[in-house]
Amino acid sequence: MPLLEARDVHGGYGGMNILNGVDMTIEANEIGVIVGPNGAGKSTMLKAIFGLLNVSQGEIRLRGELITNLAPNKLVHLGMGFVPQENNIFPSLSVEENLEMGAYIRPSGVSRMLEQIYDFFPPLLEKRRQPAGELSGGQRQMVAMGRALMVEPSVLLLDEPTAGLSPLFMNEIFERVKKINAAGVGILMVEQHAKQALSIAHKGFVLASGYNRFTDTGEALLNDPEVAKSFLGG
Amino acid sequence: MTTSKTSDQTTSRRLPLRELFLFGALLVAILGVYAVMGPAYSTRMLVEAACYAIIALGLTIQWGYAGQFNAGVMGFVALGGFCAMFFGIPVNEAFWDSPLPGELGRVLLYLVGAVLLVWGATKLDRLGVPKRLRTIIAVLLAVVLYLVVISMLRGVTGQIQSQAGFIGGLGLPSWIGWIAGGALAGFIGYFIGHICLGLRSDYLAIATLGIAEIIKAFLKNSDWLTRGTATVSPLPWPTPGPSDLGFVLARAIYLSLTAVVIAGIFFLLHRAYHAPWGRMIRAIRDNEVSSAAMGKDINRRRMEIFVFGCILMGIGGAALTNFNSIFDPQGYLPLNHTFLVLVMVILGGPGNNLGTIFGAVLVYIIWLMSEPLALFLMNVAVYIGEGWFGWDPPANISSRALQARVFVIGLLISLVLRYAPRGLMPEKVPHHQ
Amino acid sequence: MNELVFFINNVVVAGSVTGSIYAMGAIGVTLVFSIMRFAHFAHADMMTLGAFVVLLLSLAFPGAGSVVGLPTAIVMLPIAMVVTAAIAVGIDKMFYKPLRSHGVKPIVIVIGSLGVTLMLQGLLRLFAGTSPQNMYVAERKEIYRLELPFEAVTRPVIVTEPQVILFILVIAAVVGLHLFLNKTRTGKAMRAMSDNPDLARASGINTNHIVSVTWIIVGGLATMAGTLLSMDVTFKPDLSFFLLLPIFAAAIVGGVGHPYGAIAGGFVVGFAETLAVFNWAVLLRPFQERLPDWLELPNNLAFVGTEYKIVVPFFILVAILVWRPTGIFKGKVI
Repeated sequence: MPLLEARDVHGGYGGMNILNGVDMTIEANEIGVIVGPNGAGKSTMLKAIFGLLNVSQGEIRLRGELITNLAPNKLVHLGMGFVPQENNIFPSLSVEENLEMGAYIRPSGVSRMLEQIYDFFPPLLEKRRQPAGELSGGQRQMVAMGRALMVEPSVLLLDEPTAGLSPLFMNEIFERVKKINAAGVGILMVEQHAKQALSIAHKGFVLASGYNRFTDTGEALLNDPEVAKSFLGG
Repeated sequence: MTTSKTSDQTTSRRLPLRELFLFGALLVAILGVYAVMGPAYSTRMLVEAACYAIIALGLTIQWGYAGQFNAGVMGFVALGGFCAMFFGIPVNEAFWDSPLPGELGRVLLYLVGAVLLVWGATKLDRLGVPKRLRTIIAVLLAVVLYLVVISMLRGVTGQIQSQAGFIGGLGLPSWIGWIAGGALAGFIGYFIGHICLGLRSDYLAIATLGIAEIIKAFLKNSDWLTRGTATVSPLPWPTPGPSDLGFVLARAIYLSLTAVVIAGIFFLLHRAYHAPWGRMIRAIRDNEVSSAAMGKDINRRRMEIFVFGCILMGIGGAALTNFNSIFDPQGYLPLNHTFLVLVMVILGGPGNNLGTIFGAVLVYIIWLMSEPLALFLMNVAVYIGEGWFGWDPPANISSRALQARVFVIGLLISLVLRYAPRGLMPEKVPHHQ
Repeated sequence: MNELVFFINNVVVAGSVTGSIYAMGAIGVTLVFSIMRFAHFAHADMMTLGAFVVLLLSLAFPGAGSVVGLPTAIVMLPIAMVVTAAIAVGIDKMFYKPLRSHGVKPIVIVIGSLGVTLMLQGLLRLFAGTSPQNMYVAERKEIYRLELPFEAVTRPVIVTEPQVILFILVIAAVVGLHLFLNKTRTGKAMRAMSDNPDLARASGINTNHIVSVTWIIVGGLATMAGTLLSMDVTFKPDLSFFLLLPIFAAAIVGGVGHPYGAIAGGFVVGFAETLAVFNWAVLLRPFQERLPDWLELPNNLAFVGTEYKIVVPFFILVAILVWRPTGIFKGKVI
């Protein structure tokens, strides 16, 4: 049974359809990457999965269970984590408090999870008493991902985790993503840096105008000359 | 999109049934009051309602056109009232024949000098004084000079009070006072707007609430200027007074004067609303960011709206105080002169001038009629309570009954916001192709 | 030296009292601001309401104080805090929540809170009348006169019982709030919601629950402040408009959305008020002989008369809005 499965998803904001039938499947332990030009509906798809906008047609399943248009807090309970692209931390709370807020719905076992998060993101350990708003961009992204990981999600949705980061930090974030995935968390992320992202992806989805243009393994997409020409900048 | 546009056009071509019905009902209510309370009382009520309508028009352009919430209408009304008094009442010879005007003028000159000195001190850094030192010098100088001038002022004003009572008026026709009232209110509005309009809208509400209380405190305690709690009366009307023509006719003439003022304001607002200026104002209200992106000078437009609204409040306040023929600073109450006006605007339809005038008359009738009604209900309650339960009512029951109206106004605000947020006559937003 | 005692009584003690009251009020305003993003105009009336509940309870059980050895009003305070907190939650459910869920602009909720202000005022005046009432229904207000151990001092420093209780309770409330916000799960969730409401929702924080908790704290603090103010002076049903401006000024000075800033802001405004109405001629008079002849001290050297006290918070408000709209502690909401 696939971990996350979306079939023929249509939806958008206020009557304007942005998604016109998107299909997407990732298995447990896989990294799925959504790439595509601006306005293709990449982030919109992520938001549709996380119940942040109305899906008008199609269905989304998590481990076989129908989750179409379920409210975000219910999805958190079902084991889905979401890291928005912007405003994804609580700036005046300390790093540790940010992480605790991630486990708000499951307060038991916080200390064990904290240990695990600091294991994933060692730089956060020494800054754990510092307000998250004072950290660097890469570290903020780690806080944001850590916060979403606190409920031990089975699938983690990342919306452009490397946006605005320097190449150095970008690679670091991709390394962390691989490490998180290795620990058994399925990942679905939207990325602008398509080449680097596809190189770590098990599955790649190239979206354009709200539907799948190409769907294949990350490696196959990287080697596909047509994908390379139109979407990976040659 | 096409369908909605056509339906809009058909609506505008149709007879304005809603307006006709509402104004018809209002007319019935007014006639009812005339039948029950007599013409003298009812005409007075209409004049006051008309004055409130001018004030409410001021608030409706601030709130309805631009989304600015002015919680200190009372202050601007009081300023208008003060000007109507100061310009209208006769000259106080006892004051002008004494050396006191010279003394007062001297203190005012010192005040100007002190302001100039402090202003100069803030520019000291241009002469090479370090900025921090300049700030300290300026603040210290301001404190010392303030204390000196305020001590002198206290001396002179004390003498004015003991020797001449108060400085009296200017003995000019009182319509000049109305204009001056508008100008003064607009000036204070400019000062407040300059500070608050760029910030969150809540801050404007807080600041206006504060300035209203300060204006009232100043007018109440400056006995040398306003006789304070001793009140000033009578204020000469700009129209022939009741002693010449009798109550009904004199009031009717005053009413027609206010009606002319309202018609003038209404015409101006109507023109402005449909002019590019009005469109720009609404564009800013509906989408600030995109208007700014289109290169519109938002803060300037906002300031124009706010100051204009304050001017109308000043004029309305002058007309109201002038009509009541007594200037009593303690008579300006947040409830009557701020919140009642607010209810008039949000009930009538913010941004809709006709709706605002409708709201002003309707709410004022309800307000006046609720007084006997509240007393009647209270008496019934007391009667039942005494007769059936042996309840011993408190002595000041009738004054308490009037307080129930405060509750009713508050409830009305809450209900309108929740169930009719656009008022009884919603603003008609014209669609441009 | 008596002049110094005069200064202590009129500035240090009075300023601390006013500052404490304003600080408690400003914390409430700032909490509402940071969770619900609107200026809660009904806050001062919530204080009056709380005091009125205490007054009613004290009238109903006048003997309760002597049993414990405290003023009856203080014994009744916890009960009144619970009652007022419940009313505050109810007011939110009835009047603010519908507006919020309609997604109106914050300023519309501000107007809604003005409606609530008027309703509360109307009810209070209907039931409590308009005349001032003494909160000490059963016992007398204790007044402590502290003689200073100096030769030249003949006058005592005067502190009243409610003032002492006020200082103790303010410290307790501030410490309690600090622990709540930093140590408890709900408190942290409150701060999280004030930081980033969307993310708080996405983290599974029940925002309705947080809103209710906020109102409970706000109602409780308002009751405390209103009761102690009324005990120190008298209970007046119509004091709210004169409290509102200093409280808002304090919240803005401290940086809106910043509870510790609100405390600091409260004391800044409180002391500024007392310093401004203090007659400085009293302190300078002993030095009159040493001053040059041409400099004659006027009798009244106060910055503003007591009747213009309201000008002081307004001036502070204007100054802070002009120079530093985020407040001295960098608030979150501008």
